[in-house]
Amino acid sequence: MNKETNAILVDPLHLKNPITLHVLGICSALAVTTKMETAVVMSLALTFVLVLSNISISLLRNKIPGSIRIITQLAIIASLVIVADQVMKAYIFDVSKQLSVFVGLIITNCIVMGRAEAFAMGNPPLKSAIDGFANSMGYAIVLLLVGFFRELLGSGKIFGITIMESVNNGGWYFPNGLMVLAPGAFFLIGLMIWLQRTLTPEMQEEEN
Amino acid sequence: MELINLALKAIFVENIVLAFFLGMCSFLAVSKKVDTAMGLGLAVTFVLAITTPLNNLVFHYLLKEGALTWMLGDTAQDMDLSFLGFIAYIATIAAMVQIVEMVVEKFSPALYAALGVFLPLIAVNCAILGSSLFMVQREYDLAESTVYGIGSGIGFWMAIVALAAIREKLKYSNVPPGLRGLGITFITTGLMAMGFMIFAGIQL
Repeated sequence: MNKETNAILVDPLHLKNPITLHVLGICSALAVTTKMETAVVMSLALTFVLVLSNISISLLRNKIPGSIRIITQLAIIASLVIVADQVMKAYIFDVSKQLSVFVGLIITNCIVMGRAEAFAMGNPPLKSAIDGFANSMGYAIVLLLVGFFRELLGSGKIFGITIMESVNNGGWYFPNGLMVLAPGAFFLIGLMIWLQRTLTPEMQEEEN
Repeated sequence: MELINLALKAIFVENIVLAFFLGMCSFLAVSKKVDTAMGLGLAVTFVLAITTPLNNLVFHYLLKEGALTWMLGDTAQDMDLSFLGFIAYIATIAAMVQIVEMVVEKFSPALYAALGVFLPLIAVNCAILGSSLFMVQREYDLAESTVYGIGSGIGFWMAIVALAAIREKLKYSNVPPGLRGLGITFITTGLMAMGFMIFAGIQL
């Protein structure tokens, strides 16, 4: 593997993470992470859409006229999301019900549009596929971490399996209700960014 | 009364940013100054007020099961195009944003100067598509979806202006280096979301 491919593959995981550095795709990162299960399914759906959209947009990049490129990209992404949504409705209906509108919102997930615009429009298909995959993994890492802590601290479970018996069921753990609610998600991501930027000072911002 | 209730719910109780995390990207990116936050909030409210009822019409007269009977007669009784929803809504939104941009540019240059840069951004704002999807999921009729669209817009507007005001004040505080910028913004938003939780259960 040469250096360039390596950079495309590794950078989005940490130094150029789409969520913690570029602030893209936050909506779903916060909304679907109350449980590990939904976080995993959402990450898979995003990987599918992002890799395929990067490939198709990269293949068409010399044919798309500049003035209508946004709507062309939206059409491609929306079709892929419809496929993902239909497959999920057919095979994992329960999870798809829990994700409710957030599958549809992959269309407006800034990561997909952002990578199409910033990378796939100017690079060959294979590189774009790797870039799409790497960025989905960067997204997935954050989602899984947030999901892990929210499910563990919020209900004492991982993947629905009880790890820490809650008080209601005769155990010892007092579930932290805040973690399941919206503010818990904000705090967790804020703390993760703090940790990451303290460890790698070059990511820090100058101003508040 | 029902409609006022719905509006209150959309603005406070189920605030589209703080409870459903929609439109977070622009919420975090464009909240450095109160002026720009006002501009974006106005543009979002404007577009939401137009696209949510419009997508309601699209759903009821084109996509729903048997919705095409008004055009094709009884043969369309079993036609169900609702799986095309996503692409139809996003196309409506993108087209409407384009039209709104041209109309505003033509008739009100002052408003265009205020909104101009934000309008193209809005086509990919999750709040816009999100409220259309919620509208379909909750089966609102035309009047309800208009109220819901405007209400969510005002909720977004209020939240982004409040965050921008807090961030302007934060400039003068000494935040730990790793938390500067994005980190502290998340924590602030979390505290705001906690504040908004007190509205839970309010009804007229």
